[in-house]
Amino acid sequence: MNAAGETPLLEVRGLAMHFAISEGIVLSRKVGDVKAVDGVDFTIGRGETLGLVGESGCGKTTTGRCILRLERPTAGEILFDGRDVNRMDRSELVALRRRMQVIFQDPYSSLNPRMKVGNIIAEPIRVHGIEPDAGRRGAKVRELLAVCGLDPKFADRYPHEMSGGQRQRVGIARALSLDPEFIVCDEAVSALDVSIQAQVVNLLEDLRERFGLTYLFIAHDLSVVRHLCQRVAVMYLGRIVEMAASDELFDNPLHPYTQALLSAVPIPDPRIEAVRAFQPPKGEVPSPINPPSGCVFHPRCPKAVEACKVARPELRELRPGHWVACSEVH
Amino acid sequence: MPPLLEVRGLHTEFRTGAGVVRAVDGISYTVEAGETVAVVGESGSGKSVGALSILRLIPDPPGRIVAGEILFDGRDLRSLTEAEMRHVRGRDIGMVFQEPMTSLNPVLTIGRQITETLERHQGADRPTAEKRAVELLEMVGIADPKRRLRQYPHQLSGGMRQRVMIAIALACSPKLIIADEPTTALDVTIQAQILEVMKSLSRKLGVAQIIITHNLGVVARYASRVNVMYAGRIVEAGPADAIYHDPRHPYTIALLRSVPRLDQPRRARLDPVDGQPPDLTRLDGGCAFRPRCRFAVERCATARPSLEPAGEAGHISACFRSSELGVVAEVAA
Repeated sequence: MNAAGETPLLEVRGLAMHFAISEGIVLSRKVGDVKAVDGVDFTIGRGETLGLVGESGCGKTTTGRCILRLERPTAGEILFDGRDVNRMDRSELVALRRRMQVIFQDPYSSLNPRMKVGNIIAEPIRVHGIEPDAGRRGAKVRELLAVCGLDPKFADRYPHEMSGGQRQRVGIARALSLDPEFIVCDEAVSALDVSIQAQVVNLLEDLRERFGLTYLFIAHDLSVVRHLCQRVAVMYLGRIVEMAASDELFDNPLHPYTQALLSAVPIPDPRIEAVRAFQPPKGEVPSPINPPSGCVFHPRCPKAVEACKVARPELRELRPGHWVACSEVH
Repeated sequence: MPPLLEVRGLHTEFRTGAGVVRAVDGISYTVEAGETVAVVGESGSGKSVGALSILRLIPDPPGRIVAGEILFDGRDLRSLTEAEMRHVRGRDIGMVFQEPMTSLNPVLTIGRQITETLERHQGADRPTAEKRAVELLEMVGIADPKRRLRQYPHQLSGGMRQRVMIAIALACSPKLIIADEPTTALDVTIQAQILEVMKSLSRKLGVAQIIITHNLGVVARYASRVNVMYAGRIVEAGPADAIYHDPRHPYTIALLRSVPRLDQPRRARLDPVDGQPPDLTRLDGGCAFRPRCRFAVERCATARPSLEPAGEAGHISACFRSSELGVVAEVAA
């Protein structure tokens, strides 16, 4: 429960997803684990947009997939509207699928090239038996296209006849077709050209207001995340290292990793860049198979002390609503 | 002194089922020795095709350079034989591409890929080449270079592979490096590291660079001059400061306004470029940006504006209304 006393729409508790690595074909044996997600906790309130940011391999996409129950987590609970999605039976799961949807990154590979756009959008409605009448399904499809800023005539086209931005709008229309409450946007604007990206960001904002949607916005582009999200969680090597309200996180980042990440983003203004003190973080993200001891960021951290090699820092609320997993920040 | 590279009236076409696509439709620009020029544009703007044309790496068919001159260090690259061209590539002009995994040979060790370049272009013997390969890897910031030389590309991370690409590009001390989206596939902290390596080495070694990118932040951090491309043409070019602070083409203005910025207060709404990217098979005689342009007038439908001086020296824009736009951009900002 949050301060206002209402249950959050989504609550993730101690989520861990370890993928086994095996060796050998005949006598296959387990030799280790990829700890893609390693103990993650957060909540998302109704109507809220939480940003999940981090670099490749930090576990942000796996977290999203676990929430959608596309993966069975190794440990932890995912409570959607108070119910654990991993303990649901078949009928509950079918009902759940209507309430949570996903928008993928690549509008080229996430739409079936042999299906017309209208059928792509209508399929979830048909599969869930919401509208058995084909004529009324068609009307719903045309309405969804219009809502997503596309000409309803596009229903008769194939994905390859459309630009990347238009395809992504089709992906959004499909996600909306079941009137969901919650949408996981997994790098939903990352593959789009700059001039089109802003159009789709605006569309996602409009839809959030119009339908009261809740988003988990997974992305690596920090400026888009800042624009779209009320709260942001920064992940590194399977763990959340910092979480705060968007303005607070970007104006006052406390974790050394968040600070490094923000300083690495170039600002589109040569006058600012000419005078900006900037030090890219050293080294690369270590392997999640054999993560460093203690704080996983310590080998790259400018503030690391001996203790960081030993103890794993827990997320602590250093200021109201601002959580940081670093023992050197107070 | 003539510039290191001068591209004059370059036209590159692709013959496709839907008709002839003028991917590069008459571009001209120069790169001086030691300077970094950015080519900015979106998918299909012709920025990569323009760069590949310089190296004559356009697959024919379907592509073909149909007109123009590419003067590099006093020679027209279009008039060279294929054998001569092979020496230009790799020796005089280094290349760094977006996907280091696909541009490195997966079955050769890192070391062999560097020494091959040195042996072929500089006639170095194996021990000399190997010694130089170690130096090169050290130079691009790869720790433990002797061990890395014996490894294969798949054993390296994406950032490390891109460092190897830079080492290969620099191996024969080229005068120019063409980097096509060199950091697009990389994470932001690795992107920053790679760009810093490229910047410091190009300064130290006096190598000129053409950086092709869609990332306006990368351009601002690293380029001294910028060419903005749209639908196969350069629509605006000039010193980076002028492009960002006094843009004179509606496309540049719209592009700069559409990106959210970390250094500015959060805006209520983003200000996107309206409409869709142009279909290059269906361009008419007017300005290609016209359907998306907020400043379009009747004239834009009938004639294509050519690049004319705008603003300060060296700043050019292909817009009939470029002189009015200076004021417009200021009022809006």
